[in-house]
Formats: sequence, structure tokens, C-alpha cells
Amino acid sequence: MTSSRLAVNLAGIEMKNPVMPASGCFGFGREYSRFYDLNRLGAIAVKATTVEERLGNPTPRVAETPGGMLNAIGLQNPGVEKVVAEELTWLEQFDTPIIVNIAGTTTEDYVEVADRISKVKNVAALELNISCPNVKCGGITFGTDPVIAGELTKEIKKVSDVPVFVKLSPNVTDVVSIAKAVEEAGADGLSMINTLLGMRIDLRTRKPILANQVGGLSGPAIKPVAIRMIWQVSQQVNIPIIGMGGVHSAEDVIEYFLAGATAVAVGTANFVDPYACPTIIDELEGWLDKMGVQSITELIGAGWKS
Amino acid sequence: MDKGLLTVISNEPVADRVFRIRLQGDLVKLMDSPGQFLHVKCGPGIDPLLRRPISICDVDLETATLDMIYRAEGSGTRILSESVPGAEIDILGPLGHGFPVGHRKEGEHALLIGGGVGVPPLLYLAKRLVKQGVKVTSVIGFGTTEQVFLVEELGQLGEVYVTTIDGSRGHKGLVTDLLNEQYGLGNASWDVLYSCGPFPMLKALQDRYADSDKEGYLSLEQRMGCGVGACLACVCPASEESAKSYQKICSDGPVFEMRKVVLS
Repeated sequence: MTSSRLAVNLAGIEMKNPVMPASGCFGFGREYSRFYDLNRLGAIAVKATTVEERLGNPTPRVAETPGGMLNAIGLQNPGVEKVVAEELTWLEQFDTPIIVNIAGTTTEDYVEVADRISKVKNVAALELNISCPNVKCGGITFGTDPVIAGELTKEIKKVSDVPVFVKLSPNVTDVVSIAKAVEEAGADGLSMINTLLGMRIDLRTRKPILANQVGGLSGPAIKPVAIRMIWQVSQQVNIPIIGMGGVHSAEDVIEYFLAGATAVAVGTANFVDPYACPTIIDELEGWLDKMGVQSITELIGAGWKS
Repeated sequence: MDKGLLTVISNEPVADRVFRIRLQGDLVKLMDSPGQFLHVKCGPGIDPLLRRPISICDVDLETATLDMIYRAEGSGTRILSESVPGAEIDILGPLGHGFPVGHRKEGEHALLIGGGVGVPPLLYLAKRLVKQGVKVTSVIGFGTTEQVFLVEELGQLGEVYVTTIDGSRGHKGLVTDLLNEQYGLGNASWDVLYSCGPFPMLKALQDRYADSDKEGYLSLEQRMGCGVGACLACVCPASEESAKSYQKICSDGPVFEMRKVVLS
């Protein structure tokens, strides 16, 4: 089924193909394991994990938009100890790299989760969600300031036993400066992009649809933004990028590679079609033939490399 | 549960902006539990992007056909209402936990309470209960007479009381107005309650029977993402630990024991 033509090396992580479900769109894999063998995936990025249990936001938590959706789930998760004991243990049955997304509201929170999770034997990498408000800096998100983002990355790198990917927020004026700052702080790779902040208002109630008022926009609608940002960043850094934002097809994967991604994550598409990831993987090889390349790695950054 | 294409057999209006669609295909053979729902891709492409959760109204396992009744309210269901016979619809399902019926005993009396587009799943439920020898009484509420549907079919399975808010058909008022001795629906007259409908109706039922020992099940609705329990969009607080944890409506529900969820 799989072929070495699709294999990629992502900051030292050997992936049999470049497709993984995106964090927050796949739970911890249990639900989708009822549809297909998770070993088919190149990797699995599991839901954001925090020190303590998070109950998440009130409902409604999702609202549809043209070609996309807004979500404000609020990082609902059972807390790091339960994630380790119940979810990561359950995932041990699969022979595919596990990437754990970690979140917090203080540097100490992040460090505690990173320290604990990176020591778990089946965790291949951490993905640092820096789109959270930093309570010690007046609520400014870690990911919107190069200095704060860099400092957080440095602290995580000190305690992590596995590669650290920093998931960049698109809600910034200059994504390249943030990318360079976290690279300099030791990040092993980047995940691009997190959701774009958005809002929808109900005409009948005249109020925002989401109980949280604002939410993160995902889906095909944001793909051009992600492609543009990866194009810009990949030419300025020397660490690999996991591209994400509206990946629904093998063509989308190819486009992300051309922009400079080394792997892709599939998010919202899982909700539309639970078989989205394996379907995309199955179609990729045909695209390599069409593009006239032997290995998908030949396409990384091919859009800007002369 | 799986994903598949079902063929449209018919798709006709049954009330004001309310349609009944009949679909046929292999996937129907999995749909043997009343109260489950289907996650429906209403049209091809990326707009509308997400599936729409619609309850299963009736199933004929022998002919592999199912009926759904839905209101053409938003962009997705309006597109669905334009589907013609022969078209194929992308369906994910059956999803969720339906109404528990396995433990019902012959001779029991079940009260089925529905409101608006919450009425449809009660038909498949009523058929199942009657087959098990359970007596069924339906109390169904709508806004106006133009919105009323399923009265005759439910009437073939037991007594039906209709309420409308404007009084244009049946009793003027709400379904809860009828749940008393005057209508033979006092607490002592029935063994179990099954309900699906708007949030205020479910809340009124929960409050009404909170201090009793009556057995009851409520089917909840919420905006959904994945429909399979992964995205955590459609949650409601669980009552056991009050606000300590959530139930997922799509995969833990949509049907919950009446006292297991907090409706606030």
C-alpha cells in the first residue's frame, strides 16, 4: 500500500507518508480508528494537552462559514496525567509517530506538560500551541510576539526529550519574524498555520453565533493564507514545516509541498469525511506520476527554488 | 456506522418548509436502533462544508429504505430539499445512541413527546415499541396547523394528541399542558417517557419530573462538527459531577437518561 516515494523525514522523524491528522481535529484517534487502521497515517497529531483538565467553552462552539468553519472549543482535554495514562497508552498499539500538541497559560504550564509528555516512550515530537493567551503578560498570546515566542520555545527545548515543533499563529503582522525567533530559540520545526480569528453574527438574535464570540477559522477558506505564509517562511528558515489549513485533497498536499512544506496535517476535512486522510494518501502517488517526480521530497519548496 | 451513498427515492414537502426524504442503500441495514441520526452531506463541494445531523424517522430494513423529515431552514437543508429521485446523497451513520427500548416489557405504557422537527424519530420508536407489545401515546406540538405532520402515522400506532401554539389545530398551547389526569396522562398512567424537541420543551419535561421517580429519555440537538465524538463541538454538561465534565451529544447521546444531563 505504502511506497517509499511518499516517505519523508521530518526533523528526524521517519514518516511513511507526509499526511497526518491535525491536532484538535482527530481527538486522540479513537473515533477514527473505527473507520480505518491508523497505521496508514504518516503520523498522528493528538489533541492539545494542558496541565489540568480543561472543560472548554460553552456552546455553540462551532459555526459554519463559506468553505470553512469557526471553532471555539476551548482546549477541552482531560489533563496531562489522564492523557498519558489513558490516551497515549491506548495509542501504543500503533506503529506511527505520535505528535502531542501542548498548551498552557503560563510558561510553567507548558514546561510541566512538555517535561512529562516528552518522556513518554511513544511520543515522537511535541507541537507547541503558542496561540494561547499568556496570563502573566496581560493576556497577549505567546505567539504574537517574537521575544515571548522565542523565550517559551527555549524553555520547552530545555526539558523536551523529543523534537519540538512550534505551531505558528497567522494572526500576526509579520510571521517571518516569529518563525525566525523560534528557530533561533531551538525549534526543530514549524507547524503552519493555526486558525485565523473570526466571527459570525446571527441575524435573528443579533448576537455572535459562538458562545465565545470569536473563534478560529479553518477549512479550505484559509488555504491561500497558509500557502502564502509557508512560501514566505520556508525561504527564511532552515527547519521543516508541517503545512496545514484546508487540506482536503492530494492536490492540496502537492500545493503545500510546492510552497515549502515537508509534511501536511489534515484538519477540518476529517469532519466532512472520516476517511479524508487515507483517501488523500491513496491519491498522492498518482500525483507524483503526474508531476513527473520519483519522490515527494523533490517537491518541497519547488515553487520557489530555481 | 459507516459512510456511503444512498439513492433518493422521493423527497416531498409534508408541511410548511418541512420535507420527507426517502433514501435507499446498503447502509440502511445498520439502522436498527430508533433515535440514532445521520450526518448528511447536503451538497457536493466545500459550500456548505459541514454535514448536517438529521434524525432517522423510519426504517424498512427489508427494502433497505429510510425516511428522514427535516425542515429546509439553512443553506444545507435547502439544498437537500432540491434533491430529486435518483440522486445520490453522501451519508455518514447511523450515529449516536438511540432510545433504549430493549428492557421494555409487554403491557407497559410509553409516552412519546415531540416538538416540531423533533417529532420524526418518535415514529421509528413507536413502531419498535408497539412491536414489543408496549402501548404508545404520542403528544406532539407544533407552531401552527401548517407545520403539523406525522399525525396519521403515529395515530396507527396509538393515541395522538396534537398541540399548536396558536390553537389552529388540536389543543392550543404546549405539549406539557396535556401531561395530567384530565388527559389520562398523569404520572401514574405511564411507565416511561421518550422525548425529542426544542430545548425549552426538554427542559420543561426535565423540571416537571425532576422530583419524581419516572423513567425518561431526552434526545438533544446541537450544532455539530464531526458527528463521531472527536471534535468536541456538541457538548452539554453532565449532571453527575455538575459542571465538572461534559457529555458529547453526538456520540454519548443524542439520547440521554432524563436526569443525566444539565439543560441550562
